[in-house]
Amino acid sequence: MDVYLPIANLSVNGLVIVALGALTGILSGMFGVGGGFLTTPLMIFYGIPPTVAAASAASQVTGASVSGVFAHSRRAGVDYQMGGVLVAGGIVGTLIGAGLFSLLQRLGQIDVVINLLYVLLLGGIGSIMARESWQTLRAQKSGVALPARKRRHHPMVASLPLRWRFYRSGLYISPLAPLLLGMFTGVLTMLMGIGGGFVLVPAMLYILGMSANVVVGTSLFQILFVTMATTMMHALTTKAVDIVLAVLLLIGSVSGAQIGAQLAERLPAARLRFVLASLVLLIALSMALGLGWRPDEIYTVEAL
Amino acid sequence: MRVLLALLAFFALTGARDPILVPEVSQHEIQVRQGFTGTELLLFGAILTPDGTRAGQDYDIVVVLKGPTRSIILREKQRIAGIWVNADNTEFRSAPTFFAVASSRPIKQIVDDKTAAIYELGLPWLQLSPIGAYDPTEQARFSAGLVDLLQREGLYKEDPRGVRVSEQVLYQARIALPSSVQTGSYTAETFAISKGRVVASAISRVEVKKLGFERATAQFAENYGFFYGLLAVLISIGMGFLAGRLFALV
Repeated sequence: MDVYLPIANLSVNGLVIVALGALTGILSGMFGVGGGFLTTPLMIFYGIPPTVAAASAASQVTGASVSGVFAHSRRAGVDYQMGGVLVAGGIVGTLIGAGLFSLLQRLGQIDVVINLLYVLLLGGIGSIMARESWQTLRAQKSGVALPARKRRHHPMVASLPLRWRFYRSGLYISPLAPLLLGMFTGVLTMLMGIGGGFVLVPAMLYILGMSANVVVGTSLFQILFVTMATTMMHALTTKAVDIVLAVLLLIGSVSGAQIGAQLAERLPAARLRFVLASLVLLIALSMALGLGWRPDEIYTVEAL
Repeated sequence: MRVLLALLAFFALTGARDPILVPEVSQHEIQVRQGFTGTELLLFGAILTPDGTRAGQDYDIVVVLKGPTRSIILREKQRIAGIWVNADNTEFRSAPTFFAVASSRPIKQIVDDKTAAIYELGLPWLQLSPIGAYDPTEQARFSAGLVDLLQREGLYKEDPRGVRVSEQVLYQARIALPSSVQTGSYTAETFAISKGRVVASAISRVEVKKLGFERATAQFAENYGFFYGLLAVLISIGMGFLAGRLFALV
């Protein structure tokens, strides 16, 4: 099924794009990650111009998170207060990110920086998650329960001034911590064309120490608003949001997100985290290798 | 003797009289709308003497189809400290977005390099107007890189046997345009070449334009960025919401 994309200026196979959306939608619903870290590179690989891919992936992540947020809010899995603080930080972050983006673009190093960021972040987070989930899995198998890991936030978080109660998250911490976290993911969203969920989820678990049943829903809530801001930013600055491409991706991802959320309820959480960790590590590895290997294209064209 | 002189004069004169080219294109307007997957242009025409009879002589025909030009920056990756980074770049003021050359024989056999360079006959002779310091070897490396890249994307092409001349009068060439062609004004230039000299040339134009929904969308995105973005956001939310509702029923 050939579909012509009016902004990307080329025709693609619509079914391939829908399938791609479905894949990332399932991931999104299951893990609370946006899936942008998969869609964007795959679309570029398919031949869609990088800017259009990143700009349109953001709106696809929006759609996937809406249906995810609904799915999670039905079972009280969203801490709106925490989410609000994260979103505020995230929007500041996208502004900073937009500035950084154009600076790096002028220097011509945007793609190298993006690749390095991917390797560092995915590699680091992937290993932490893999280790943690592996330990849990082993403990489950042997029947010997792990010494119950005390859910608590990082000492640095405790040292921040000002404290708020976040009831659903079961926390009494400074709002500055989630604000800074939100800002950081906002920068990443603009730079890497991703929702930032794969950074948010582990950070919420291991740095903020939020209770696990609201982590995924709250992360989706933050992603929802930050990707909306990103789409607007792209529509105003790069003008690279392809609405036809976005709709195709959305068809797949909104249904995928629902399926993913239902799967997440049935599957064991530790194994799920282990799968996500392996996936993240695999992508990090392939990107690390990509940096060292001779790239397919030595030259890249950019319109002035 | 007088007859012989007359004959000689006749041949000398008609030989010197340059033929005219009557070019035509199968489509003067290419419409880019839903389902557009690229198209094939047929460029054809006739070679005639000025009084309208057939030229009756073997000419080589070269057809050059050129898309709108744009300024670009071309970056080159090099391996630095083990990783590939953009290390060098150059700017071109007039890089065509599409460039296809078809000829009846390989260009090298038809004209010398100088003529080829003057008329831009062939990818090595693209006039890209580099900006900044001009270092011939470096520029050559960059242009070769650009040509190679766009050739693999199907936007630059060379077909040394792409023109068929029949009966010394009619010629025709087929050039395929991929779906990724830029919209704008394309020029199809036809050259008749004899003994390494361009004896006639003619231009016809082809417009590539978006129509209907595609055109409206592109203009909407360009002129009303805010509302376009808002629409994109609303569609995403709406679709996400709808899916949430539908699945809740299941």
